[in-house]
Amino acid sequence: MENIYLTIVLVPLIGAIIAGFFGGTIGRKGAHWVASGGVGISALLSLFVLKRFMFDGEAIFNGPVYTWMVSDGLHMEVGFLVDQLTAVMISVVTFVSFCVHIYTIGYMADDEHNWPKTSLAGRNSYQRFFSYISLFTFSMLMLVMSNNFMQLFFGWEAVGLVSYLLIGFWSVRPTAIFANLKAFLVNRVGDFGFILGIAAIAMYTNSLDYAEVFAKAPGLADTQIQIWGDSSWSLMSVIGILLFIGAMGKSAQVPLHVWLPDSMEGPTPISALIHAATMVTAGIFMVARMSPLYELSETALSFVLIIGATTAFFTGLIGIVQNDIKRVVAYSTLSQLGYMMVALGASAYAAGIFHLMTHAFFKALLFLAAGSVIIGMHHDQDIRNMGGIRKYMPITYWTSLVGSLALIGFPGFSGFFSKDAIIEAVHHSSITGSGYAYVLVVAGVFVTALYSFRMFFLVFHGEGPRDEHAKAHLHETPKVVTVPLILLAIPSVFLGYLTIGPMLFGDWFKGVLHVLPEHDTLGIVGEHFHGAGGFILHGMMGLPFYLAMGGLFVAWFIYMKNPAIADKIKSTLSPVYNLLDKKYWFDEVYQVVFATGSRGLGKFLWLAGDRGLIDGLAVNGSAHSVGWLASVVRHVQTGYLYHYAIAMILGLLLLLTWFVFV
Amino acid sequence: MIALSDYLILGAILFAISIAGIFINRKNVIVLLMCVELMLLAVNINFVAFSHFLGDSAGQVFVFFILTVAAAEAAIGLAILVVLFRSKQSINVEDMDALKG
Amino acid sequence: MTLEKLIFYVLAAVIIAAASMVVTRRNPVHSALFLILAFVACSGVWMLAEAEFLAIVLVLVYVGAVMVLFLFVLMMLDIDIAVLRAGFIKMLPLGVIMAIAMAAELILIVGPGNFGLEQYAAPVRHAADYSNTEEIGSVLYTVYMYPFEIAAVILLVAIIAAIGLTMRKRPDTKYLDPANQVLVKRDDRVRMVSMDAEKG
Repeated sequence: MENIYLTIVLVPLIGAIIAGFFGGTIGRKGAHWVASGGVGISALLSLFVLKRFMFDGEAIFNGPVYTWMVSDGLHMEVGFLVDQLTAVMISVVTFVSFCVHIYTIGYMADDEHNWPKTSLAGRNSYQRFFSYISLFTFSMLMLVMSNNFMQLFFGWEAVGLVSYLLIGFWSVRPTAIFANLKAFLVNRVGDFGFILGIAAIAMYTNSLDYAEVFAKAPGLADTQIQIWGDSSWSLMSVIGILLFIGAMGKSAQVPLHVWLPDSMEGPTPISALIHAATMVTAGIFMVARMSPLYELSETALSFVLIIGATTAFFTGLIGIVQNDIKRVVAYSTLSQLGYMMVALGASAYAAGIFHLMTHAFFKALLFLAAGSVIIGMHHDQDIRNMGGIRKYMPITYWTSLVGSLALIGFPGFSGFFSKDAIIEAVHHSSITGSGYAYVLVVAGVFVTALYSFRMFFLVFHGEGPRDEHAKAHLHETPKVVTVPLILLAIPSVFLGYLTIGPMLFGDWFKGVLHVLPEHDTLGIVGEHFHGAGGFILHGMMGLPFYLAMGGLFVAWFIYMKNPAIADKIKSTLSPVYNLLDKKYWFDEVYQVVFATGSRGLGKFLWLAGDRGLIDGLAVNGSAHSVGWLASVVRHVQTGYLYHYAIAMILGLLLLLTWFVFV
Repeated sequence: MIALSDYLILGAILFAISIAGIFINRKNVIVLLMCVELMLLAVNINFVAFSHFLGDSAGQVFVFFILTVAAAEAAIGLAILVVLFRSKQSINVEDMDALKG
Repeated sequence: MTLEKLIFYVLAAVIIAAASMVVTRRNPVHSALFLILAFVACSGVWMLAEAEFLAIVLVLVYVGAVMVLFLFVLMMLDIDIAVLRAGFIKMLPLGVIMAIAMAAELILIVGPGNFGLEQYAAPVRHAADYSNTEEIGSVLYTVYMYPFEIAAVILLVAIIAAIGLTMRKRPDTKYLDPANQVLVKRDDRVRMVSMDAEKG
C-alpha cells in the first residue's frame, strides 16, 4: 500500500514538472494529457484506497518515508499518515481536481486572447496553467497525507504559493496582481500564527510527529504559560488559537477573509478547485486533524465556534448584494466555510469534514457552472446583464439548479444532510458562544437560500441577455465543460444520502477524530438518527427547512415577480445596503490601517532608520566626523619645518625625562 | 686617564647645543643643516668612544657608514636648497609651507 | 692631570666653543667656518680615542668636501641675512632652556656614575705599529661587505640626484655645440647664385 500512497502523491508532481518545464516541447495537447492523466491516476488510486478503508478494513498507515534531518532530537521527515480522514480528503481532492482538469481543457482553450500579443508571460500559458494545477494537487496531497507538522507546514505553504501563482495567472492585469499580493499577505498573517503554534508544540513536546504530540498532549492539558507579564494562559488554548489563526488565513475566516473574494481574479477553474473545493478547506482539515489538541481546550473551541458563526452569517449577507457571478459564489464559499468551522467548534468534527466533502462537490459544481455561463457570455461576469440563459444552456442550467439546491440544503440533496447535522450539533453544544452560533447559523440558512436563488433567477430566468450580440452567440458549452458538471452533479445529489450514516453516526472516524464525551454533540444528534430517510423527514419539520424555503420564495418574489421591490428595499435600507456593498468596510479599514500604516511605518523606518540612522549617522556620520576631526587636526600641520622639528625634540625630551626619572 | 663618561658628556653637550641651534636659527635652512651635521658629530663621538672602550671595531665601521650617508644627505640637501632658492628667491623656512594643512 | 687629559679638555673646550659659535653667528659663512673648526678639533679627540682612520676621514671628507660644498652653496646664493635672523633673540631663551634641560638629562645618564672609569676601565694602549686602518679594513671588506656596497650605491645615487636636481637649461644662454660644428656641410654655409652681370 505504501507504494500506492507514494504514487498518488508523486504522479501529479511528475505531471506538473513535465507540463511546466517541457510545455513548449510537448505542446498543448501533451500538457493537458500528461497533467490530467497524472491526476486521473491519482484519483483512481485514491478511490481504491477509500474503498479499501471502507469495505476491506485497511489498517491505518503511519510511517516515515524519508528523514530530512534530525536536529537536537527533533525529527524532520517526510511521512504519511493515511487513515479514514486522509482517505476521504485525498478522494475529494483528486476527484474534484480531475474534474477541474477536464474542464480546464475547455475553459482555457482560447487563453491566448487574454494576453497581449507581445507578452512573454502569455507564451505557453496553457501548459503553465496545467502545470500549476497539477502542482497544486501534489501540494494539497502532501498537506492532507502528512504525519507530522513540518510536512503539514510544507503543504500549507505550497498550496499558498500555487494559489498566489494562479490568482495572478493573468499577470498582465493589475487587478490580478493586486489580488494575489493581497492573498499572499493576508495568508502570511495567518501563517505567522500557524508557525508560532507549531513552534509552541515543538517546544513543549519536542516532537513534530502527530502521534507523539497527541500522546503527550493530555499530559500538558493543565500546563499554564506566561505570555505577557503575569497573565497565565492555558498552553492548549494558546496552541489551539495560534493554529486556528493559520486556519483563519487559509480558510478565509473573519477577519482574514478579505483575500478570498479578490482571488476571483484568477481563472474560474482555479476558483472552483482552490478557492472553493479544496485549498480553503485545509484549515478545516487541519483543525479536525488536531482534534486531540482542540478537545483539551474549551477556550480554543469557543474561539473557533464564534469566528466560524460570524463568518457564516455576515459574509452570507454580503453575497446578497454582489453583482459579479463569481463573487456571489465566493461569498457563499466564505459562508459555508464558516459553517464548517462552527461544526468544528461544536466538536462535531465529523460533521465539519462531512460538510467539507459535500461542499467540495456542489461548490465546485457551482463554480464550474458559473464558469460555463461566463464562457457563454464571453467573459461578462455581471449577473445584471444575464437572464434567460436557461433556454440556451440547458445542461448548465440543470446542474446549477442541483448545485444551488444542495447549497441551500434542500432535503435529500447532499448539502442538506451536512448542514442540518451541523445545526443540530450546535443546538446541542453547551460551550461558550454556542447560543450565539446557533442563532447565526439558523439565520444563515435563510440568507444562503436568498443569495443563491437571487443569483440563480437573475442568471437563468427572466428576460434574455441585455446585449443582443451576446444573445446571438449564446449556446451550450462543449463537452469538456459539461461532462465535469455532470460528474460533479451526481455526488452533489446522492453523496449525502449515502454517507451520512457511516460518516457521522457510524464508526468511520473512530480512532481518527477524538471527541471527549462531554463534547460529543454528534452523539446526542445520533441518538435520534434512524437512517437517512428519517433524517430527511425530520429535517422537513425543522426551522431551517422553512427558512430555506422562505429565502427561496423571497428571492423569487423580489427578483422575478416584482423587481421593483428590490430597488425600493435598496433605497429604503440604504445604510444597510451600503454596509453590505462595502463589505463592512473591511478592505477600506485594512487599506488605511495596515497597508497605509505599514507603508507609513516603512517610510518612517526608511527615513529615520535607514536614511537617518544608518546612512546619516553610521555611514555618512562617521565620514563626516572623520572629516571634522581632520579639519580640526589639520591646523596642527602648519607646514613649517621648525614646528615639526620642535615637536620631535619635545617628544625626545619627554621620553628622556621619562627614562631618567621614572 | 680619560673616562668613557668624558666622551659621552662631550657628545651630550654637543647634541644639546645643536638642539638650541635648531631653536634659535629656525628660519635659516643652511644653519639648520649645519646643526644636523653637529648632531651627527655628537653621535659619532659616542660611537667612537664606545668602540674604543669596548674594543670592538664595529662602532668605527658604523661611524664610517654614518659619514657616508651624511655626505650624501648634505649633497642632496644642498642641491634641494639650490633648486628651492631658484624658484623662491629665498631660503626662509617660513616661505616653505606647501604642506600646510 | 696627564698631558693626554689636558689635550682632551682643550679640544673639548674648542669643540663646544666652536659649536656655540656655529649656532649663534649672524653670518652663515662664519658658522660654516666654525663648524670646520669643530670638525678639526673633533678629529683630534678621535685621535685620542685611537680612531686614527676616522679622524683622517673626518678631516678629508667633511672638512675637505662637505664643508666646502656648504661654503660654495652659501656664497652662490644671495641670502638676505636680516630676514633670516628675525626672531633670533625671541627664541634664544627657549633654545637655551631646552638645551640645558637636554644636556642635564643626558649627563645624568651618561655621567661618571654610570660610565666612569670604575665601570669601564681605560683600555690598554695599542702598540706603536698597530694600524687602525688595517683593523677597520679587515672587517669592512669581509663582515660588512654588503653594507659597504650599499653605501657606495647611496653615494652614487646622491651624485646623480644632486646633478639631476640642479641641472637646468637656460634658454637665454648662448653657446656653440661642437657636434653641430663638426657635422656642418658646405651647402649649409654657401649658396651658389648665378645672376646676370650688371649693365654698365
